[in-house]
Amino acid sequence: MPMPASQRPKGCDLSEMISPLLEMRGIGKSFAGIQALKGVDLVLQEGEVLALMGENGAGKSTLMKILGGAHLPDEGELKLRGNRILVDSPQKARSLGIAMIYQEFNLIPALSAAENVFLGQEIIQHGLIQHEAQESRTADLLKELGMPFDPRTPCQRLSIAQQQSVEIARALSQEAQILVMDEPSAVLTPPEVKRLFAIINQCRKRGLGLIYIGHRLDEIFEIADRVMVLRDGQPAGSFPIDQCKRHELIHCMVGRPMDQEYPKRKGHPGPVRLKVSELRRGKAVQGVCFEARGGEILGLAGLVGAGRTELARLIFGADRSEAGTIQLDGRTLSLRSPAEAIAAGIGFLSEDRKLQGLITQHSICSNFGLPNLNQFTRAGLLNLGQEEASFNQYAETMQLKRHGPKQRASHLSGGNQQKLVIAKWLARRCEVLIFDEPTRGIDVGAKYEIYQLMHALADEGKVILMISSELPEMLGMADRILVMHQGRLTGEITHPASSNQQAIMEMAVA
Amino acid sequence: MKETSLARMSNLLHALGDYGMVVMLLLLGLFFSLVTLTEQQPTPEVGARELAQRIKANHNTDSVVWIVIRELATDRAFAESLQQELNESGHKQIVQVTGLPRDARQELEAWQQRGDHIDIIAGNEITSNWLVFSNLEETFPGIGSPQIYRPTSYRWPNFLKQDNLLNITNQIAVIAIIAIGMTVVIISGGIDLSVGSLIAFSAVLTCLLIRDWAGSLQAGVVAMVLCSLIAILVSAAIGGITGGLITFFRLPPFIVTLGMMLMASGSAYLLSGGESVYQIPDGFVWLGRGASLLGIPNAVLMMAILYLIAHLAMKRTRWGRYLYAVGGNDEAARLSGVPIRRVQLSAYILSAALAGLGGIIMASQLKSGAPTYGQMYELYVIAAVVVGGTSLSGGEGKILGTLIGAFIIAVIQNGMNLMNIESYTQKVILGLVILLAVLLDRIKQHGFRAH
Repeated sequence: MPMPASQRPKGCDLSEMISPLLEMRGIGKSFAGIQALKGVDLVLQEGEVLALMGENGAGKSTLMKILGGAHLPDEGELKLRGNRILVDSPQKARSLGIAMIYQEFNLIPALSAAENVFLGQEIIQHGLIQHEAQESRTADLLKELGMPFDPRTPCQRLSIAQQQSVEIARALSQEAQILVMDEPSAVLTPPEVKRLFAIINQCRKRGLGLIYIGHRLDEIFEIADRVMVLRDGQPAGSFPIDQCKRHELIHCMVGRPMDQEYPKRKGHPGPVRLKVSELRRGKAVQGVCFEARGGEILGLAGLVGAGRTELARLIFGADRSEAGTIQLDGRTLSLRSPAEAIAAGIGFLSEDRKLQGLITQHSICSNFGLPNLNQFTRAGLLNLGQEEASFNQYAETMQLKRHGPKQRASHLSGGNQQKLVIAKWLARRCEVLIFDEPTRGIDVGAKYEIYQLMHALADEGKVILMISSELPEMLGMADRILVMHQGRLTGEITHPASSNQQAIMEMAVA
Repeated sequence: MKETSLARMSNLLHALGDYGMVVMLLLLGLFFSLVTLTEQQPTPEVGARELAQRIKANHNTDSVVWIVIRELATDRAFAESLQQELNESGHKQIVQVTGLPRDARQELEAWQQRGDHIDIIAGNEITSNWLVFSNLEETFPGIGSPQIYRPTSYRWPNFLKQDNLLNITNQIAVIAIIAIGMTVVIISGGIDLSVGSLIAFSAVLTCLLIRDWAGSLQAGVVAMVLCSLIAILVSAAIGGITGGLITFFRLPPFIVTLGMMLMASGSAYLLSGGESVYQIPDGFVWLGRGASLLGIPNAVLMMAILYLIAHLAMKRTRWGRYLYAVGGNDEAARLSGVPIRRVQLSAYILSAALAGLGGIIMASQLKSGAPTYGQMYELYVIAAVVVGGTSLSGGEGKILGTLIGAFIIAVIQNGMNLMNIESYTQKVILGLVILLAVLLDRIKQHGFRAH
């Protein structure tokens, strides 16, 4: 919201005299004696998009939780338009016009979009909620955001992008001045990301200050005005986006020079090992045929909803196919459950590690052991020592950062959780590994290690199927790319190195 | 860095929580020991031996000894032991006076008339305190001045008496055995409300089979074992239906087992015609009341063996690990190759089979089968599981924790009985304890924050 003219000092150059929208000065915070943040300064101007970057654990979320009132800082102060503020609760933050949009949306699935927008601040007359007024306001907001849909739709029936716009509409309806978005693009398809950026530009025009947390460099360069990098809880740099280069930014984040985002590799695809023909299930997968070679990283590109994950789930036996065959090394597999696919040597690394990949409240060792228990069983009894020894061995080769085998899986960072899932399939001696969004939510340094692991696996002659919505990753990693659209394969890129994102997108929307 | 210390702290809290239940049990035991500390009498044999020692030390073998007892088996045992001890040490002049104080007075009068004297009057804690003996020198001056001996008493908590401790374990055997199955079901992410009714159903079914099929009072051992096995199998089959409805039709466990609970209870009433079935042979009580090994009741022994097996199965078999996995995150478990339906199904079958076994033990303890058995037991069993530290949301818990939980509940009940607290108050206190246990568990897991 622009400041009322009466409050502005007259006769001065506005840009110099007006205090910034938000100032966070010398912020320090420690948990149980461990410094999570130290001496962090953050300045946000009206109508500015500030990208906040850093590896996982760099302190981004702690800083944003302080802004959002979930934590109180040990040191430092917050100023809103030059006035000191005390944000001691999320309610307080909201009343000051600070809105947070997390990756997991805060929407009630059964309530309509309008009801969610006005949750907690309902328009009430004579003790009754004025649904029509709420719905028309919501419809206006959504239209303004360029997402016109019926505000009476229950949120559970909305797409991810629509849900996100409901969250943004809620922030706008609450007269938010500062909007914090935590990896908003992670769950979106490329066209949806485009629309999100249009929305962000709308907000920028309204004079909001936006803090955008993200890992994808391309997007940062596209949307941000300024970028601020945190490393190990301390500021590592802050520069206008037009004065900064890609590799410098990565260097700044990881604290060491990184010449390239994707490790180099010369692929030597071997003979065909996996053969999928005429695979079908409903509308999601409509007669897909392809072959994959040993030692090959085969990319599956496409928009969200194109049927890539559904295809992967068929190959893994997580869903049953209605028709078609899957052959591995010449043997036809009839898969009725993941257990059968695993027995045949297929491993699946799902895009959602917390919900599908790991049992987060259990120990990392027992997560590792779960598909491998038969190896450790003698006369019906488990040999726990052998399980732990095997775990330690794989954890060591993966360089899994851990405190011990009993550590809870939820206490691992995203990159280490992914390594844990890879380790459990490797111990199972899987020959086909399906990576669904292998680096989602994983920071730059750990991404590189995951890529190296994928290369190593391919070099051993395994079949690697990779689903990714990040086109640069697709082009940087895959030896060959298959593009899916509406349940069908619509194209193939045999030399990704000499291709570009445009080519994939054209096939993906064909 | 930050997450390291958090992880360590939560690990520490977990370890403390595991000990916490044991500590709580010990504290309860200590508390009830202190409040039930009372004057205890030794057993007749022990008392007699100790008394004989003192007589031997203070008197020569010529002294005249009266042993005064009532006409009771325990008194007679006391007299016999004492007489034997004294005979062995050479005492010749021993007289047993049996009966009421009136009889003792007549005998005293007779001795006074004859002019005989008495040196020692020995009795137990009752007879030695009879008024007749209180002022002998004045009332019967002719018999000399006999010394009165009684066994030395000692102070010991009623709670810690061997009988009481055995009583506690015997009483929880049924609940604890069923709680094994409940723990398994809850760890797998479900709940089983039907176990209480299955107790009644299985008890009635077993007793009916024995009465109508195995020859009623003349039924042999093999036939009785067979009848019990049939009841367990039928219970297990009911558990199979429950589990099938839950796993294959994805119905909520709460509702399915609620339905089963009503059906099993109703069937027990229908089968028995609403009356208890008691025409079964005496031998049937072997399981519930007998004690064949070192004085340990058979039901307790059975409970101990089942807990050992269950502990091993949960910790050291694939099936056990799968249960935790399914309860922790069924989708992740399925994608890791766990046959989740089979695992869940097995949990309900086990729970129902153990409830069936519990019903048989109860029928054996009470030597009859009635449809009123096991009412509210599902709630006590769930309470034992939860107090024992198993999370109702599944995926976490320990079999041995449940045993401790069952003991905690039984000890509280037993202690309150010993303190003569009336049963309505007992219910209120028990409820409070259960709430407290769950609250502590919550704080242990999530700290004091509301969210």
